[in-house]
Amino acid sequence: MRIATAKQSYSSDEALLRTNTQWAWMGILALALLAAPFLLDGYWLYLACLVTINVASATGLNILTGFTGLVSLGQAAFMAVGAYTVAVLQRDVGTPFLFNLLAAGALTAIVGVLVGLPSLRVKGLYLAIATIAASFILHFVFVNWQSLTNGPSGISLEPATFFGAPLTSNFHLYWVFVPITALMVLGAANLFRTRIGRAFIAIRDRDISAEVLGIPLLRYKLLSFAISSFYAGIAGGMWAYFFRVVTPESFPFITSIFFLAAIIVGGMGTILGGIVGAVFMTLVPELLRFLVEWASPFVPNAGTLLSPVRTVVFGALIVGFLVFEPQGMAEIIQRIRRFFHLWPFRK
Amino acid sequence: MNEAPREAGRLEVQGLSLSFGGLKALRDVSFAVEAGSITALIGPNGAGKTSMFNCISGFYRPQQGRILFDGENVTARHAPARAKLGFARTFQNIALFRGMTVLDNIKLGRHAHMKSNALQALAYWGAARREEIALREEIEKRIIDFLEINHIRHMPVGSLPYGLQKRVELARALAMKPRILLLDEPVAGMNREETEDMARFILDVKEEWGTTILMVEHDMGMVMDISDHVVVLNFGQVIAQGLPSEVQADPRVVEAYLGSGDPAALMKRINETQEAA
Repeated sequence: MRIATAKQSYSSDEALLRTNTQWAWMGILALALLAAPFLLDGYWLYLACLVTINVASATGLNILTGFTGLVSLGQAAFMAVGAYTVAVLQRDVGTPFLFNLLAAGALTAIVGVLVGLPSLRVKGLYLAIATIAASFILHFVFVNWQSLTNGPSGISLEPATFFGAPLTSNFHLYWVFVPITALMVLGAANLFRTRIGRAFIAIRDRDISAEVLGIPLLRYKLLSFAISSFYAGIAGGMWAYFFRVVTPESFPFITSIFFLAAIIVGGMGTILGGIVGAVFMTLVPELLRFLVEWASPFVPNAGTLLSPVRTVVFGALIVGFLVFEPQGMAEIIQRIRRFFHLWPFRK
Repeated sequence: MNEAPREAGRLEVQGLSLSFGGLKALRDVSFAVEAGSITALIGPNGAGKTSMFNCISGFYRPQQGRILFDGENVTARHAPARAKLGFARTFQNIALFRGMTVLDNIKLGRHAHMKSNALQALAYWGAARREEIALREEIEKRIIDFLEINHIRHMPVGSLPYGLQKRVELARALAMKPRILLLDEPVAGMNREETEDMARFILDVKEEWGTTILMVEHDMGMVMDISDHVVVLNFGQVIAQGLPSEVQADPRVVEAYLGSGDPAALMKRINETQEAA
């Protein structure tokens, strides 16, 4: 039951976490994140890092598509810009890790603003097509700007060093990636407590009345593109340090759809949605793998079925969520929360 | 941020004409809304009231004429710039953000007067934090109490009854630090009791905040009760203006609303309109 939530100051009523239950859950999450690298073996640690990167990127896309209502299928290309920025900086300049990541974010933000320029005139499906076009243009640049990107063979990276400590294993990378992603998620949550986040939501819901309230549409749409691409760029940079090789095929178009699916399944326009969506969509293929392994004694050739089954389940999940739970997993969580607000007094 | 309401503004419309292709929506409309007054813009359906509102709030660009606000020509300004200047508008078909809470909707009203940038917002630090909390306090003390919507502040707007939604929209307009409130049919679709509540709030806004109010309204009872000045539009032209009692007695107004009972006059008017088009 939800009790004792009255507040004595406006600042405490404006806080992100307002109840003891929320603080308790956050504490459990923090403990789990701290304990994870010691409990997980190599492969699961690899997945944990991948999930962390995807959460950062999905949160970024959620700012643009979920909160501002601008559908983008350019997320993979934005991540690629970040990854190449990190790779080139490390290869040619040798600047430190954090600087490279920030530079990746900044450069991707600039690219994002350029891609977002048509958004004043076109919306919805048409904007999605414009972002697809931008992805293919960027892909063309990665393949053909040989002197910088080394063409189709791509760039290999040395392991990063973080203040002198080499980040050679996933164990090391985990300790760097998780705080970075946590900060990014916190930033996004903060954003939607302020005027800028509210303006984004206003543009999504009713752009005409947003204008009457004094929100200049183009400026805020571009700002949303900039922040979202900044997130994508940092995620792409982390990706580059994680896989240590960046080629034009590292970020295929399907990756953009993956992230869009992640926020749809997780819940568009909620911070929680971006997180659970990215976690869920990254782990689903692994769960399927376990299912197939478990079924292999009974089903002949189970192994060869894995790949098509994966694709079918992926598609079915997206369709299933669109039909049965259009608000995504975040809404399921909210419903459970609301149930316990009154529990045990209402059944 | 707990400052007094901004000084009321005086709006003047001079010789405004607006046409969509061949259709003349407004023809040489001139009137003034005195600072601190309640002015009602009335007229039969299709008279051009909402077109007039859209010109004033910056959605339509009139082909001729000027809109002056405290003597300054604002005709060429875009809607966001006018919002900053002190134009606050509510809509006929409520334009709230349905998924957001009442509080967030009201906070949106202040957008143009806040200054924090994206970096401060991401960190919720410094100016952003101070500004948000001061805004919350001001909204609670000056707007939510005033409009008696304490009980719904954390509820999503979409779940509220119509009358309360209209009140939240007024609250959002008040958060815009208005110097002139433009209310488009504030009591349309309301029952007697809700209408009386809204009329009282509009009068209270005038008394306590001193804000200039221009409203479009069909509810003649309310218009005649609370307005200081009434402007009557018909076929895009001002056919009468003055005190409520004067306008009520004006034969042209009666004719516009009820017709003259003379078929020849009706035919003449139809012909005139066709010629004009």
